[in-house]
Amino acid sequence: MNHYRRFIGTTTTGIFFLFLFSFNNNLFAQDGQAIFKSYCASCHKPDAEFTGPPLKGAREREAAAGLPKDWVYKWVHNTTSMINTDPYAKQMFAKYNSVMTAFPDLKNEEIDAVLDWANKYEKPAAAASATGTGTAGEDDNSLLYGVLTLILAVIALILLQVNSNLKKLSDEKQGIRTPNPVPFYRNKAYLLLGIIVLFLIGGYFTMEAAIGLGRTKGYQPEQPIYYSHKIHAGTNQISCLYCHGGAQDSKHANIPSVNVCMNCHISIKEYTGEPITREDGTSVNGTAEIQKLYEYAGWNPDLKKYDRPGKPVEWVRIHNLPDHVYFNHSQHVKVGQQQCQTCHGNIQDMGEVAQFADLSMGWCINCHRETKVQFNDSAGNGNKFYSIYEKFHDDIKNKKYDSVTVERIGGTECQKCHY
Amino acid sequence: MNEIKYWQSFGELNKSDEFKKSLVNEFNDELLPLEDMKEILDAKTPRRDFLKYIGFSTAAAALAASCESPVNKAVPFLNKRDDITPGISNFYASTYISDGDVVPVLVKQREGRPIKVEGNTLSPVTNGGTSAQVQASVLDLYDTSRLRYPMAKGKEATFEVIDKMIADDLTANAGKPLVLLTSSLTSPTTKQIITNFLAKYPGARHVQYDGVSYSGMIQANEASYGKKTLPSYHFENAKVIVSLGADFLGTWLSPVVFNRQYAETRRINAQHPQMSRHFQFESYMSLTGANADERYLHKPSETGAVALALLAAVGGSVTSNLTGNAAEGVKKAAAELMANKGAALVVCGSNDTNVQIIVNAINEAIGAGGKTIDWASTANYRQGVDVDMATLVNDLNAGNVGALLVYGANPAYNYFAADKFKAGIKKCPVTISFNERMDETTELCKYVLPSHHWLESWGDAEGQGGNISLIQPLIHPLFKTRQFEDSLLKWIGSSTAVTSTDSTAIANTSAQTGNDYQTYFKKYWTAKVGGEDNFNIALQDGIVGSGTGKRSLTNNPDSTNTTNTNNTTDTTSILKNVTTALTLSGASFSGNVAGAAAKIAAIKSGGNEIVLYQKVSLGTGNQANNPWLQELPDPISKATWDNYAMISSAMGKSLFNIDIFNRKDTDKYEVNPQKPVVKITANGKSVTLPVLILPGIHPNVIALAVGYGRTSGDNNKTAEYIGRAAYGAGVNVYPLVSYNGTNVDYYAANATIEKTGDTYPIAQSQVHNVTEGRPIIRETTLSKFIANPKDLNKHEEEELAAYGEDFVKDATMYPYYDKPGMKWGMSIDLNTCTGCSACVVACHAENNIPVVGKREVARYHDMHWLRIDRYFTGSPENPDVIFQPMLCQHCDNAPCENVCPVTATNHSSEGLNQMAYNRCIGTRYCANNCPYKVRRFNWQDYTGSDSFPDNQKGIISDATMMMNDDLPRMVLNPDVTVRSRGVMEKCSFCVQRLQEGKLNAKKENRTVKDGEIQTACMQACPTHAIVFSNVNDKESRVSKIRNVEQKDRKFYVLEQLHTLSNVNYLAKIRNTDRVVGDIHDDSHEKGDFHGTKEANSDKQDH
Repeated sequence: MNHYRRFIGTTTTGIFFLFLFSFNNNLFAQDGQAIFKSYCASCHKPDAEFTGPPLKGAREREAAAGLPKDWVYKWVHNTTSMINTDPYAKQMFAKYNSVMTAFPDLKNEEIDAVLDWANKYEKPAAAASATGTGTAGEDDNSLLYGVLTLILAVIALILLQVNSNLKKLSDEKQGIRTPNPVPFYRNKAYLLLGIIVLFLIGGYFTMEAAIGLGRTKGYQPEQPIYYSHKIHAGTNQISCLYCHGGAQDSKHANIPSVNVCMNCHISIKEYTGEPITREDGTSVNGTAEIQKLYEYAGWNPDLKKYDRPGKPVEWVRIHNLPDHVYFNHSQHVKVGQQQCQTCHGNIQDMGEVAQFADLSMGWCINCHRETKVQFNDSAGNGNKFYSIYEKFHDDIKNKKYDSVTVERIGGTECQKCHY
Repeated sequence: MNEIKYWQSFGELNKSDEFKKSLVNEFNDELLPLEDMKEILDAKTPRRDFLKYIGFSTAAAALAASCESPVNKAVPFLNKRDDITPGISNFYASTYISDGDVVPVLVKQREGRPIKVEGNTLSPVTNGGTSAQVQASVLDLYDTSRLRYPMAKGKEATFEVIDKMIADDLTANAGKPLVLLTSSLTSPTTKQIITNFLAKYPGARHVQYDGVSYSGMIQANEASYGKKTLPSYHFENAKVIVSLGADFLGTWLSPVVFNRQYAETRRINAQHPQMSRHFQFESYMSLTGANADERYLHKPSETGAVALALLAAVGGSVTSNLTGNAAEGVKKAAAELMANKGAALVVCGSNDTNVQIIVNAINEAIGAGGKTIDWASTANYRQGVDVDMATLVNDLNAGNVGALLVYGANPAYNYFAADKFKAGIKKCPVTISFNERMDETTELCKYVLPSHHWLESWGDAEGQGGNISLIQPLIHPLFKTRQFEDSLLKWIGSSTAVTSTDSTAIANTSAQTGNDYQTYFKKYWTAKVGGEDNFNIALQDGIVGSGTGKRSLTNNPDSTNTTNTNNTTDTTSILKNVTTALTLSGASFSGNVAGAAAKIAAIKSGGNEIVLYQKVSLGTGNQANNPWLQELPDPISKATWDNYAMISSAMGKSLFNIDIFNRKDTDKYEVNPQKPVVKITANGKSVTLPVLILPGIHPNVIALAVGYGRTSGDNNKTAEYIGRAAYGAGVNVYPLVSYNGTNVDYYAANATIEKTGDTYPIAQSQVHNVTEGRPIIRETTLSKFIANPKDLNKHEEEELAAYGEDFVKDATMYPYYDKPGMKWGMSIDLNTCTGCSACVVACHAENNIPVVGKREVARYHDMHWLRIDRYFTGSPENPDVIFQPMLCQHCDNAPCENVCPVTATNHSSEGLNQMAYNRCIGTRYCANNCPYKVRRFNWQDYTGSDSFPDNQKGIISDATMMMNDDLPRMVLNPDVTVRSRGVMEKCSFCVQRLQEGKLNAKKENRTVKDGEIQTACMQACPTHAIVFSNVNDKESRVSKIRNVEQKDRKFYVLEQLHTLSNVNYLAKIRNTDRVVGDIHDDSHEKGDFHGTKEANSDKQDH
């Protein structure tokens, strides 16, 4: 029986992963997408005009204008001087009336990756729904297990009972006298077993509940403005750091101030995208929510000026750490190179934000045990800070292990987070 | 070196019975009152009741726990400023000013709140040093008793209304002169504004008044050199320092500067075995005296005689009738002075013009001018002249003053004839106070226009001539206050005012009328430094002049707000004589020595004499409402929250018949915090206060600290007006000051002291812990050190050698753990630690350490993570003193760690002894097992006790309650957990700074630079006695000190216990020929100790 169950488990999981992979054919373009998000998304869309031109087909347009293939590298690396010297750049400036910020640090390959990704870009709607189906499949399977186990357990119990009855009959036939059977609800062994099982189950749930006290995984309060990360970070591909810039500098990621919202919403007055619905099915009027923002900012969209005193938005805080925990965003985002999604989940798919992780100590520690630090090597990769760990470098050289986890450099010690 | 016997109290010296008892009952906690609970314990609880209770409490707990968790709000800015990123601290340069004291500082600002003050290393004067008062001043900003709005005739009014009323009043009383009374002002712009203001009122004058006067020196300099000012001193150039009662390391003139200079002459290692020699002549044990190599006692009235004798001995044609021990000392000192002409300095704390003329003559004779005394750069810290103030008080009483404007001065409290001043001020028709608080003088004034705290102000300060530092506001004014200069500019009117040019930049100030001080200040300095760029650089550096040249104009303008990361402590550069580049200049002496000598000879000494002194913590007393300073133990007496009469053991015997050297008597007096109260009468005035018998005080001298006993006119209002921390703390002894027609004297020759029969509790912090005769300090004399530096640690090295080749690994059964990355270590130099206590307050501020209040200190519940232990050795009449900062030693084999039942304290791979507060269940086993006694337990909720009404009311003192308010809590460091009741805590090596420093390095893709990470105590230390770095780095400061520079002086406290501590000390070296300390001849007593202990523990066992 057990073998059978394990077989089902492996097969379903295998099928599930196959399923996932088959829909994730955009995996190779991930790199380009990430670069696009962090550098380009605030001014460019992959397939539409925005502050700047669409990136899809940029190569072709340049080729059509008779420009060499490396023109785009020069342009990205040094926009300001190109504006003055290059005729195509002048033409672009005339059209868009703004100079693109130069990114001298971007490597040529990275620029290629962005353009390649943009060329292959399709509207993401289909992929998202497919992933949804995949998740649902997993849930169905576990339910199946449960029902199956229950049925099998009942059958086993009945068979046991039948077995004992048959044994009794055969004993009687052979003339062996047996004491009158005690009904199972009076059977002390059964009762004891039952009590122990109940105690274990009760204890388990009590412990779970006690540990979970104050943990708010899934917490999704209603906010003063229906702000959708799905629309901003998902559909419009705005980089997380554009608003939460503190994440790479400070311990706080920081909720953006109203003036940051107004950078864009000074011109984006109404919502024209797909209809927004809350999880309970009610629909949200995007334009009305933008109006709420104008109330807070004191902005009059008709007169195009701030005509009354603004007030800050009192957002409901979702991620609350206890006072005795020190958490630093920049340590994880800038130094540890973690994606926001690692702790905050698929934020780009969330309407109103819900807490993704339970933010428990065990959850932190597990990650610290598994995550590898950006240990520097002789080629100059990784963070030079770690060059002081001579012993670990020697061990890696001697092939004792191939990487260093956060735990190994003391990342699970009390005073890394509690002081 | 074990032979030297150290003692902290007379009880320890005598091995008294109570002392022995305290050895066993270390924490002085009463056991559970089991006797009282007998009934409860014996009661027969029926099983059902028990089940009922247990069921109910479980249900109640479940119900309480399942209550909804609170909804927190996250409110971002409406418009975020570029320079504020929540979670990131900015540092701005500013200047601490108080009563003429000037210390250039960097202020740490977090989310717009100043939370910590550090010294500004760019200042050539202080070189980044601070004092306890500077460190504590940030708390004054958040003082709940600050004035919150302007008042006219006791009622709140707006500035506009008051301005008009004052204008009318001033016109109506224009017939009589207007007088502006301030404390010493060092600001060039303020003085300019005052000049302009006074020009509007014919006959108006400006009087400067200091709580503790330096008038004698100023007048003596006028008589000797024609300069009515103070010179700047250069102790660092002196090989011989003689101080006649000047507490220059504690309170005299500018101790932050002098501490730095003095330490440069005391820094020593085996390669450069040179140090200054310091003679101190004084009548009570001052902080400076405690640091002296040779110390001689005399009566305060004999200061002049000592000066005369010294002058005679260095070749002056005067005579002195000085006899006794001090005369011997004078001979020795004079010989040294003459042998080091041009590298010697004599300073004197007397406020007598004649004595100071003699001192000037001595300095002339030993060639101090231009070498150790600089007349090119004057010291402006104190400018008040006693006669001016006396004239003003007479004028007030005669009704000859039309208007009195008071700023910074508080004569109704600290003037010797405060009653006369109070009577006079009532006769003045227009009285205006600009003081920040409702102090004794302000409450007598008709108009109260509170000025900003310095952290809210613009300004400048020229503490020493040519060294100008700027003040910039760190926070928008918390209350409806207006800066003093703004008020004056407004009243001057638009005629002299400058028009505002840059109104956007000054959006912070409310009234943009064009004649505000900020604009004035900016225009003034822009013109002086040549352009706005230079002005911005000066503002960024905080230093004008000598500082400006250091930075080029091409500096990144973005760094304007986060300046000054270059404050690494490089002791090698300190060792170099930094002043060689400076040119010092002398002045020609033309004092009437004979005349002064004749007047000094006429001074009569009395039987018992009193001497008034300032405490390192409170100074003149204007920071009296600062709980951090009130709780700071006095370096010598270790007393907190009070002042008292310090008397010698001889006087104790004659007065109370307490023979302090008799075991039984010691207990009668010492162990009990209740001290006998005496009444002291001098100059017809008397004060009543408790007595502390301390070593090192002249047998006929009673020493009293000023700065205490702040009292409003109606004492019921004191807590409200002056503050809850100041209320009830000590007694005001300023009335005992006398005036001799030229100067005020801070001593009285004929004092009587009598018993009152009352007692009064004094909360002392040290007597709590005893060393049981273990050798925890090492010291030697300079000659012995030169002869054989290895002798210092010889004994211990031999002892440790018995454990095997490698003491670290062989002498333990525990495994050895690697420290692969960083390993933090600290080195504390006992030679340059002067006991000034700046580090103690810095630690308070950095680590959110609570204030516990007097009653709790008396119960040994003080919370200081870093304390400065003071040990006496040698003759109890005039002992040698040694200070030892004691903090968690972060032992690699820590005794506290293995006794914690919940592993709340354990060791990190960086060598830190970690304390996880949220894990601690408060068994206090760790504190019990700590050989250094550095762990502190939160007996009460000292910081959050207002979480629900009447929580802990009456349990914790009113002064602690004062800190349980949203306003003072703004000072808390958001990177450090605020501990609550039932949790153990201790020094963390400022782990928040270590983490921040490492993170900054990682972000910048580099390793941590040595000196980049400093602990709060290290950064506060004016003498750089504390050094901290990564000892895995062989090139780091601490590594070099331990392994190269100070190999011979380095020692670890209680190293033989194999604690493997990460804090090392450098042995003290005294430049003396005397034999220091007693010889430990009582080996039998050691045995006696153990005997007692065992006997007692037997008793406890059942």
